[in-house]
Amino acid sequence: MKDLPRFFRYFRRRPGVYTAGFGSMLASTGLFLAMPGIVRRAIEELGAGVTRERLFRLAAVIVLLAVGDAIALFLTRRILIGASRDIEYEMRQDLFDHLLRLPPPWYRKNRVGDLMSRAVNDLSAVRMLLGPGIMQAANTLFVGIVALVLMFSVSPPLTLVALAVFPVIAIATKVMGQATHKRFTAIQEFFSEISAEAQENFSGVRLVRAFAREKSEEARFDANNREFMKRNLGLARLNALFFPLLQFLVGVGFALTLWAGGRFILSGKLSVARYVEFNLYMLELIWPAIALGWVVNLGQRGAASWNRMVDLWDAVPLPAEEDTGERLSGDVEFRELSFAHGERSILTDVSLRVARGTTVAIVGRTGAGKSTLLNLLLRLDDPPKGTVFIGSRELTGIPLPVLRRNVAAVPQETFLFSDTLANNIAFGRPNASRAEIERAVQAAGLAPDVARFPKGLDTIVGERGITLSGGQKQRTALARALLTDAPILVLDDAFSSVDTETEAKILEGLKGAAGGRTVFLVSHRLSTLQNADIAAVLEGGRVVETGTHAELLAKGGVYAAIAERQRLAEEMEAA
Amino acid sequence: MAETPHEEEILGKAFEPRLVRRLFSLARPYRRYAFGAVVVLFLESIAQLASPLLTAAAIDLLFSKDQTGAAGAARGVDGFFRFFGVDLRAGHGIEWIAALSILMAAFAFVFMMVMVAWTSRMGQGVMFDLRSRIFGHLQQADIALFDKTPVGRLMTRLTTDVDALNELFTSGFVALLGDVAVLAGIVAILFTLDTKLAAITFAILLPMLWVTNWFRKGARDTYRDVRVKIARVNTFLQEHISGISIVQLFRREGVARQRFAEVNDAHRKANIDSIFYYSIFYPALDFLSAVGMASIVWYGGGEVIRGRMTLGAVVAFLQYSKRFYRPLMDLSEKYNILQAAMASSERIFQLLDEPPAITAPENPVEPREPLRGDVAFEDARFSYTKGEEILKGVSFHVPPGRTVALVGATGAGKSTVLNLLLRFYDVTSGRVLVDGTDVRRYDPVRLREHFGIVLQDTFLFTGTIAENVSFFDPGMPRGRIEEACLEVGLGPLLARIPGGLDARLSERGGGLSVGEKQLVAFARALARDPRVLILDEATSSVDPETERTIERAVARVLAGRTSIVVAHRLSTIVRADQILVLSHGEVKEAGTHAELLAKDGLYARLYALQLKDREAAA
Repeated sequence: MKDLPRFFRYFRRRPGVYTAGFGSMLASTGLFLAMPGIVRRAIEELGAGVTRERLFRLAAVIVLLAVGDAIALFLTRRILIGASRDIEYEMRQDLFDHLLRLPPPWYRKNRVGDLMSRAVNDLSAVRMLLGPGIMQAANTLFVGIVALVLMFSVSPPLTLVALAVFPVIAIATKVMGQATHKRFTAIQEFFSEISAEAQENFSGVRLVRAFAREKSEEARFDANNREFMKRNLGLARLNALFFPLLQFLVGVGFALTLWAGGRFILSGKLSVARYVEFNLYMLELIWPAIALGWVVNLGQRGAASWNRMVDLWDAVPLPAEEDTGERLSGDVEFRELSFAHGERSILTDVSLRVARGTTVAIVGRTGAGKSTLLNLLLRLDDPPKGTVFIGSRELTGIPLPVLRRNVAAVPQETFLFSDTLANNIAFGRPNASRAEIERAVQAAGLAPDVARFPKGLDTIVGERGITLSGGQKQRTALARALLTDAPILVLDDAFSSVDTETEAKILEGLKGAAGGRTVFLVSHRLSTLQNADIAAVLEGGRVVETGTHAELLAKGGVYAAIAERQRLAEEMEAA
Repeated sequence: MAETPHEEEILGKAFEPRLVRRLFSLARPYRRYAFGAVVVLFLESIAQLASPLLTAAAIDLLFSKDQTGAAGAARGVDGFFRFFGVDLRAGHGIEWIAALSILMAAFAFVFMMVMVAWTSRMGQGVMFDLRSRIFGHLQQADIALFDKTPVGRLMTRLTTDVDALNELFTSGFVALLGDVAVLAGIVAILFTLDTKLAAITFAILLPMLWVTNWFRKGARDTYRDVRVKIARVNTFLQEHISGISIVQLFRREGVARQRFAEVNDAHRKANIDSIFYYSIFYPALDFLSAVGMASIVWYGGGEVIRGRMTLGAVVAFLQYSKRFYRPLMDLSEKYNILQAAMASSERIFQLLDEPPAITAPENPVEPREPLRGDVAFEDARFSYTKGEEILKGVSFHVPPGRTVALVGATGAGKSTVLNLLLRFYDVTSGRVLVDGTDVRRYDPVRLREHFGIVLQDTFLFTGTIAENVSFFDPGMPRGRIEEACLEVGLGPLLARIPGGLDARLSERGGGLSVGEKQLVAFARALARDPRVLILDEATSSVDPETERTIERAVARVLAGRTSIVVAHRLSTIVRADQILVLSHGEVKEAGTHAELLAKDGLYARLYALQLKDREAAA
């Protein structure tokens, strides 16, 4: 297991809890295992002529012991399992905190599905180790030791006879455990195969149908399905052997003690009463012996899962920086900025000055580097030192929370949360007033839509609510950005699903906003481009043209070509 | 956050007669195993229950000084041995009894092994059948189902939901019977031994049942609560991991942390509530079993004093009473299995019960052999959702061997035309004809056998290049596969890639470039030598050299067959016999390249646009 100190940190936070839990477990074991002794006394006294009152008193002692045992057992479960749930809570919370602070490039390298499986399945496996695993392990240990000591006190030779089957049980458990592990892995591997195949079939359903391959696909699936069943049966057969074998070995243990005990009784070395007592202790040992294999299994799985979680912990989070609440100016400058993803150069020598209050359009073909340029301004990627400035301050020198407060974004892919519209819009300013939200809705051109929604701003959107159209989503995202009132606004193709008329109105509104907001926008639309104060054309990661819309059209270069193409495309769509 | 639990979270009743009947019908082919397992199980219970009797016999017959009052149990064992001519009192009694114990354990071992093997065989068999049925059903299901159901959900039906039934068949039904059998056996034996003591012992059964029932109800409610809460934790996590950049860009970390703490804590609380039931239930059973033991000591002891019972019988009572609460515990655990199985089977049946709308008619028309390849649309109208017509009356005719190119903006209805021809969907009104016959009168599978298709996103399967080209058809000759590959220009790839035709492609054709994947898709269509070719050209740009190879491949694939092409390549469009300009679900212009250019309408503008695009890309 990796990073044990982190693992034990969670235990060390609650020393009292574990002491109490194990203490009450020990108490329960003691009380429980005291009962066979009483039974022995009863049997002994039966031989020595006992009264019914005496018997009643012995029975009452058993009941009293049972009451104590039940209470102790209740406390044990409550405390130990409860603690495991508390630790689970803390681990999950810590993990989430950690995930919140991991940098965007890290997320590009990791798939959501994988992260979820670590945060959900692996955490739950670790919890099983922490709760039932530890409890059962301790129980096996306590019951095992106490029962053996008591058995020994009854008859050392008989104890040795009873233990004769234990080495066999241990060996059987080990051998079977390894075989199980192997077969289980084989099943898991094949399971990935069969699910991948089915998934491909479902995703490629159009091809399968068009090529009329249904029958052969079924045959292929059946073959794999059969193999999968065969492997499962392989494991099932092993189980069919293992658990009955354990029972058999336990049965042999009992028969052997019956034989040896009988011999001792007949030769007068052991009383019937003591033999019965011994037998009752042995009965209590069966369950812990069987549970041992289960505990080992839980432990192995928990450890493997913990290691997978440690992989997440090992990712380096963003440093925690203080939010000074400072307001930056809207002047932005890129100075000889070059940027590469690994070997691949994305931006080369980009220089661009944008005065506060300017709306600048970033134009270029797919892959020209537009989004990368904006991502650097948002610090979703880190630009090299001395290349990007806001006001007179270098971008990487600005504390991240301050930067985020001052640069608002509407990304290319709109992401909304399954929550009310109001909460989505107030995402960046949770304590915004209703009036402020409504103003942002108005500015983003979303007001007419909201008026039509059944519950207005309190309508739930997303998976569990109503489905918004692409344009509505984009305008919601815009309202979310506008509400933050940041001096710099980044719109990455944020109007692609909004009709041109609405778009023009929104852009007009943005320009008129007090204080003069600096707006960066990526767009293909002519109307959008016309609305920008200046445009910068990127090609192959370089700025090839800058100027106003009119200037660039007149120049007849790349910008003019793009604009012309766009005009034709728009005409086509309108036709 | 919305309060309604997700479809996958809902748990219904544990016992739904309608579902149980259907589940039983699934096990029908395996009833031999089920019956066999039940029989073996009874034998196993007997073997298992013999051990306390043998102990009792040893005590009464061998250990006690006064051997006159041997009880029923002991007399029975004694009689058993006498039957085989063995006198237990003759000196080696204890050896005989020990030997019989081991024999019984051995019997139990064998029976149990057979039982588990058979129930597993049944469970695995049922799962195998069910997976095959689900998969088979999905091979016939409407494309519309796939368009509206995420693949992940279909996968859940096939995997998780089927798995939930495994436990039901392997450790559910039969083991349930087994537990009942053991309980019944103990009851029978104890009443034979001593009616009154048995009655007293079983008196604790009533509170036990009561506690079990209380636990079952409480555990069910909290279990449901826990499921809902954990689903909420996971949804929150999923959403915030997916939208992490929004969270970070809007400095939402603090609020997110706090809200996560709320859902996380709700989950913890729900769990701690469920611990309450568990931590009462198990100790309560322990306690009740101790009370049972105490009453045996008290009453049984008294009977021994009076000479009405033997010590052996009392010891047997003690041992049996310890055994009968394990089955009770199992019974309550089985409840959860049952409940999960019901919920899963409900979802599986729901999927299986949805009949496909697009099927072969009762007396399908056999497609002409070989197909002439005459395709016509007559006033075809179509809408996915009512009121939103995608095709507003499209008519055109493609004579055999000719090529028609469909052009138009995104959303104009081009792909829908292909969907109707392939019968992925059926027209809402109007007709689609192949060789003069309405496509709805053919068996869709038989008709599609004459079609070849190349889709826009070149979907390749995990497998070798050869398997992809033949589409896993083992009957396709190797030469045909190779020829198809060479004809579309895959020669250089096959020469370069280790393994050639047998080179394995990972998921979705990983390892190949975009252009190469397209070529493999062309080879796949060409290898079948279809009469009708349907081509949805990819828009993704490739380098000029690859572009030329693809253009040649397209020309090769279209040659001599009826072709319907959603065209993006200028070369494809110009070469078509007829060009249809679609806009908003209608054919706006039709004609040859030259005709349409001369018209100076929509097509002429589109042509200028495409041309500019070409120039700019070069």
